[in-house]
Amino acid sequence: MKIKKFNEGVWNEFINLRDFVAKNISPYHGTHHFLVGPSEKTQQLWEACKQGTKEERERNGVRSVDTEVISGINAFEAGYIDQKNEVIVGLQTNELLKRAMKPFGGFKVVQKALSEHGLKPSDHLSELFTKYVKTHNDGVFDAYTDEIKKYRSLGFLTGLPDNYARGRIIGDYRRIALYGIDRLIAAKKQDLATIVGPMSDKVIRLREEVSEQIKALKEMVEMGKSYHLDLSRPAENAREAVQWTYMAYLAAVKEQDGAAMSLGNVSSFLDIFIERDLEAGLITEVEAQEYIDQFVMKLRMVRHLRMEAYDEIFAGDPTWVTEAIGGMLADGRTKVTKTSFRFLNTLYNLGPSPEPNITILWSEHLPQNFKNYCAKVAIDTSSIQFENDDLMLKSRGSDDYGIACCVSYQELGKSIQFFGARTNLAKTLLLALNGGRCEFTGTPIVEGIPEYTDEYLDFNKVMANFRIAMKQVARVYNDSMNIIHYMHDKYYYEKAQMSLIDTNPSINIAYGIAGLSIVADSLSAIKYAKVKPIRNEQGLTVDFEIEGEFPMYGNDDDRVDLLASGAVAEFNNELKKLPVYKDAEVTMSVLTITSNVSYGKKTGATPDGRAKGVPFAPGANPMHGRDCNGAIASLNSVSKINYVDSKDGISNTFSIVPKSLGATEEEQIENLATTLDGYFYRNAQHLNVNVLNKEMLLDAMENPDEYPQLTIRVSGYAVNFVRLTKEQQLEVITRSFHESL
Amino acid sequence: MKGYVHSPSIATKKKIIKTTANILRVHSIESFGTHDGPGIRLVIFLQGCKLKCLYCHNPDTIETSGGMEYTIEQLVEIALKMKPYFGKKGGVTVSGGEPLLQAKELIPFFKRLKEEGIHTNIDTNGRILNSYAKQLLDDYTDLVMLDIKHMTEEGYVALTGKSCKETTFNFAAYREASGKPMWLRYVLIPEITHKPELLHAMGKYFKNYTTIEKIELQPYHKLGIHKWEALGWEYQLKDARENTPDELQAAVAILQNYFKEVKTN
Repeated sequence: MKIKKFNEGVWNEFINLRDFVAKNISPYHGTHHFLVGPSEKTQQLWEACKQGTKEERERNGVRSVDTEVISGINAFEAGYIDQKNEVIVGLQTNELLKRAMKPFGGFKVVQKALSEHGLKPSDHLSELFTKYVKTHNDGVFDAYTDEIKKYRSLGFLTGLPDNYARGRIIGDYRRIALYGIDRLIAAKKQDLATIVGPMSDKVIRLREEVSEQIKALKEMVEMGKSYHLDLSRPAENAREAVQWTYMAYLAAVKEQDGAAMSLGNVSSFLDIFIERDLEAGLITEVEAQEYIDQFVMKLRMVRHLRMEAYDEIFAGDPTWVTEAIGGMLADGRTKVTKTSFRFLNTLYNLGPSPEPNITILWSEHLPQNFKNYCAKVAIDTSSIQFENDDLMLKSRGSDDYGIACCVSYQELGKSIQFFGARTNLAKTLLLALNGGRCEFTGTPIVEGIPEYTDEYLDFNKVMANFRIAMKQVARVYNDSMNIIHYMHDKYYYEKAQMSLIDTNPSINIAYGIAGLSIVADSLSAIKYAKVKPIRNEQGLTVDFEIEGEFPMYGNDDDRVDLLASGAVAEFNNELKKLPVYKDAEVTMSVLTITSNVSYGKKTGATPDGRAKGVPFAPGANPMHGRDCNGAIASLNSVSKINYVDSKDGISNTFSIVPKSLGATEEEQIENLATTLDGYFYRNAQHLNVNVLNKEMLLDAMENPDEYPQLTIRVSGYAVNFVRLTKEQQLEVITRSFHESL
Repeated sequence: MKGYVHSPSIATKKKIIKTTANILRVHSIESFGTHDGPGIRLVIFLQGCKLKCLYCHNPDTIETSGGMEYTIEQLVEIALKMKPYFGKKGGVTVSGGEPLLQAKELIPFFKRLKEEGIHTNIDTNGRILNSYAKQLLDDYTDLVMLDIKHMTEEGYVALTGKSCKETTFNFAAYREASGKPMWLRYVLIPEITHKPELLHAMGKYFKNYTTIEKIELQPYHKLGIHKWEALGWEYQLKDARENTPDELQAAVAILQNYFKEVKTN
């Protein structure tokens, strides 16, 4: 019973998780048959969690809130669910599902969220935040121009992280387990010593940031002590590796309530510790699965205090604890390990769940057994999503990456991203038809676009105007982003997460667009049919008459698909011309989260025949019901959007009824795995997979209590179906479900 | 019985150069066929059929004059776009209608598919076995799915409107002689084709065939009725009911006495 020593490498000299994983990983090519069910402790603990979430639903989505304490790494005493059964410990507050205030993103949001539950912050806190303490939100609005405010209030820019924490940053949570915090502090101190004058803004800021990080690391040691854990040293066994990693993540979600706070890619890292203990006979498969089940259970219980309006853009109370699983190493070995399977197995042991947001990094070269198991899990649970590892590895450069938020590549520990919400590209197109005015209010938005008075829309004229509109919208969008991220760094710096990332990491700014399929179909209608705008007395378009047929996005027809990919490329190019705060690299996504419903509401009738107020398709999906050539044709259309023009991700949600996937379970698994191979072979980037019957969703709308864990994928994440609003539920149901019989 | 009918693609309604030799008359195309042959398949439903089976799921494919014309190159292009999804098993299925009515035109189409390394499959009632059909089957068709409508002559006539089930059996014998793979398909209509004695008859008749890889039993359902009504035709099986799960299991069990692989679709 000798404990194996880890293989040595660069990681011994420098903080380098990639090297440690590459040197010590045990790739696994076998089947899932080694997996075991939940332990007795896990089952009891999960019962307590289920009871807690039931009470949460009964209490209008919030079980309890602390109105006295400002959350922070050590703001609360140790909290337990049921200590005797907890193998992995730690809660954000001192009580299960109790939410905490994190007011530095914006105090008004905290007040609003509390008032919606009949509560308010303590008087002391109210006084502090109205008189003395400035928040990110206060800073942003001090700097916003009237123009930005106008774009924001009319819905050209939506969901901007200007009154809540930006999120998206992924700390390399593995670091504490591998190195222990003492070593990490020493490394940061060493970095700080080299950051010297001349004292430019940049140097001063970096010195301040690294000092903040060191403080956070010290706080984490204290947090560990409150749970009787010595995080100052490396983890010595598998349970500690899981526990230490969770503690690192816990520190992050105690300090911040970022919109999306991904976990990274911890599974195969943890596998190294688990394999070592298994080999030494210290644990059995039951314990190995128990650690992962309980870790995942804790991740499922992460909560933030949100106001109801937040639900419009991010429905169902998501936290995006995104864990990337699988993929390949640059040397051709797979990153799939037994613990990759163990993570997926939690969806059986604990039942389906939106969190953690399990993302499979899919490669043509993944072991076939793993591909099949992933397909099986997708079919059984509709809880996981897939991203193209071959594409990202080839074009982004690192094989050690996680998925920030929903779909975005992020190298771990070496880079971060600035969350950029998104702009409404369909509404931008309407500017081109309305002389640069908002189609609802007539408010002038963009200068230099001539009033359009022709009876029929002319494609070339529309395109010329659309380009002017895109350029100006990009400019204002960029202005808003620069302000937001400057202020976030200043007032709500992510010191815990940043302490687990290299000093001075590379940054990309994650812009986004919504309404792509509307834009593509509208341009196609104008180009291939005759489109006559109906204008009101103000000269604003209120409707369109379409004469003739036109190709629609989603049918594998280049005539319209290239209009979609062209619009993505053009808007991305406009964004690229503009300078970004901290010299961040420009990337863009085609992703909507659930905001496609609210964007639709804020957008007038469009030339593709979509009526005013009708929801957009999510992400890069074709518009509902317009993809009428079967699933593959629809996938092929989306795959034509060039990843180079949309490096932050291209989200596609694929919904199919089980029967259409194949007659037997075996065929369904094989066909789904083959579909993923085909889709990604075509350089597509992302796919959500739902395998569901509409009848079940309709039944769940009527009888939500019977479906507490029913999970469905929406653009880039998953939600508990029963936690969506009625409107969002209906939108999901009206989407294209590929069905054939 | 056919499924998966989708409106013909705008995407493929391109300008067609009319030279009869390279034209196929198509009813519709499904890009994600998972019930018409192995793996994921591009299913091309061809227009026209000489039978008028009572349960026909796609009665709008029967008329030989309808449909849309596609050039072979257009269809090859569609197949190539789908090729990444075919994996190791999938490919192209021509169904219908009765695809062998266009056997002559299918030869160059399948020839091109084989040149591209794509698996080819014909879903047929086996009533056409002219020289074109033979060449197509022998040289370019990887798999035949043969629909055995009924095991008795009067049953066959009542069901399909045409006589001589032997034609279909001769077709099976021809395929068997070629040594190339074949699946048998059979629609189970309670009280009409779903009778133990008929299933045993089928088993006995075909049990020694070595080319039969699989038997596909297709449960009866009425999803095609609205199409009959849309065509102004009377649907004569209105009183027929759907099979129960137990009945289906029993049918599978009978045929398992004779064949290695039997499944319900």
